[in-house]
Amino acid sequence: MSTETLVPYDEALARYEPVLGIETHIELGTKTKMFCGCATEFGAEPNTQVCPVCLGMPGALPVTNRSAIEGIIKIGLALNCSIVEWCRFARKNYFYPDMPKNFQISQYDEPLCVDGYLDVEVDGETYRVEIERVHMEEDTGKSLHVGGATGRIHGADFSLVDYNRAGIPLVEIVTKPIVATGDKAPLVARAYATELRELVRAVGVSDVRMEQGSMRCDVNVSLMPKGASEWGTRTETKNVNSLRSVERAVRFEIERQAGVLDAGGKVIQETRHFQEGTGTTTSGRSKEEAQDYRYFPEPDLVPMAPSREWVEQLRASLPELPAARRRRVQGEWGVADKELQDIVNAGALDLIEETVRAGAEPAAARKWWMNELSRRATEQGAELASLPVTPADVARVSALVAEGSINDKLARQVFDGVLAGEGTPDEVVEKRGLKVVSDEGQLGSVIDEVIAANPDIADKVRGGKVAAAGALVGAVMKATRGQADAGRARELIIEKLTS
Amino acid sequence: MLNEHAAHGSAAAGQARGGGAITRDEVAHLARLSRLALREDELDHLATQLDDIISAVARVQEVAAEDIPPTSHALPLTNVFRADEVRPSLTPDQALSGAPAADEQRFKVPRILDEEA
Repeated sequence: MSTETLVPYDEALARYEPVLGIETHIELGTKTKMFCGCATEFGAEPNTQVCPVCLGMPGALPVTNRSAIEGIIKIGLALNCSIVEWCRFARKNYFYPDMPKNFQISQYDEPLCVDGYLDVEVDGETYRVEIERVHMEEDTGKSLHVGGATGRIHGADFSLVDYNRAGIPLVEIVTKPIVATGDKAPLVARAYATELRELVRAVGVSDVRMEQGSMRCDVNVSLMPKGASEWGTRTETKNVNSLRSVERAVRFEIERQAGVLDAGGKVIQETRHFQEGTGTTTSGRSKEEAQDYRYFPEPDLVPMAPSREWVEQLRASLPELPAARRRRVQGEWGVADKELQDIVNAGALDLIEETVRAGAEPAAARKWWMNELSRRATEQGAELASLPVTPADVARVSALVAEGSINDKLARQVFDGVLAGEGTPDEVVEKRGLKVVSDEGQLGSVIDEVIAANPDIADKVRGGKVAAAGALVGAVMKATRGQADAGRARELIIEKLTS
Repeated sequence: MLNEHAAHGSAAAGQARGGGAITRDEVAHLARLSRLALREDELDHLATQLDDIISAVARVQEVAAEDIPPTSHALPLTNVFRADEVRPSLTPDQALSGAPAADEQRFKVPRILDEEA
């Protein structure tokens, strides 16, 4: 590939209109594979979750996993799709060892779910992304390319294949062309992937973890001159594996394709690879040599005809979906768009809601999760939800603060203890003796002890040097481990020594 | 992309149907997709044979009336599902026992110059 001239983004958008298309693969979180009873645990030892069916051995017969079909129908319904009355699986034939059968069971011209949409918001404006189809297929094995200069596939001497992933239920969601997004195209692409991830997570059928590959995006981009009616030639950037990368891949392709077109060239219809390090895309397989998959109806699996009753049962089982939930929560908590967005991005929405349900005030719940606990999660490089503290713990700490038995400073120490595994908030309070000392009698006796232990300083205060009382206040705070009200302690010390 | 493959597939099917036959070029293309190294004389031979077979099968279309839907399955069944319950897998040794080569508990295959599907 010759050196490419990029056109600065704003300049490219001044002359060209992008058209996008996004294909997303989502692994379902079923206990077993799509067509056999092998477990689907992530990270298992190689080739420990395989059987004659998913290894494509002669005579093995696939049987469809009912939970997977329920999962895809739920996704289809959440995306406002129609669920077809009858459809079949198809064999997609290709020569590559990531499927030992030499074909992948997929769906071709009869997808299970069709014609839906997902609304996404960018800078306060709503874009409706239309969904062409949602179909069911199986994931492929994982190849490890050994030898060669870089370990990349070209130049590899041989490949080692692990089929644990082969046959895991995979849902593919294909958008219709996304038009008229102008310079917002990269953000719309990212917002779509974000919203889709939230939606599927809410439906509860996948953990949608892009870093583990349970959600992967292929991004199609083409450019046409502004005002043109005919779309340009598109490229497909494969396996874009983070939300940020989705945005960057679209942006880069716009700049690159504008450069090709400006120079009088033609965009080649091809598969491209996203380079995480540079934020660029590089040329992959050209579509001229694209594979001819020779699809035909899968003879080993009978057709699916989901009854309308079943579909309606599944529709009724859907939880509140993210868009509706955000509107409700915003109304209940009275938070601004920006704060809500921060909460969603921090993965704190569930946690805060559960904390409120456990009795905390929304403002207090937001404060602890978004400030104190978010900071600690960041320090540890951990997800907020993975901290060893529960919404019930946070609600209890909030209650202790609200009733005045601890203050914010002590609350932080309570969280220290809970996070260190010292027990519940009440147990930490007990073990560490964390109580605001508001009892005047108790505070008075601590002051008496401090005065007795520091006769010289006490004399100075008696002699009129009120500033010297500071040292005694410090000693009181130390003796009470920060639990005394410093201002009140000072008043009491001066009162005792000068009256 | 699906549409493209749809176009490709129907074009090939159209040719096959149109002449009631398959061309030598199409046989060569299929052999390439299947990674079969066919000699020229084998291509000639197979193209003629496949042409005969497809022509013979195509005669079914002559008797299939408009009101008979295409059949993909012999059994009048739909919705055969199983519960999402884990069943024992093979051991890695069993899984790899038929593999021509294995390394690091994985199937070892020759290097592949093509891209992943």
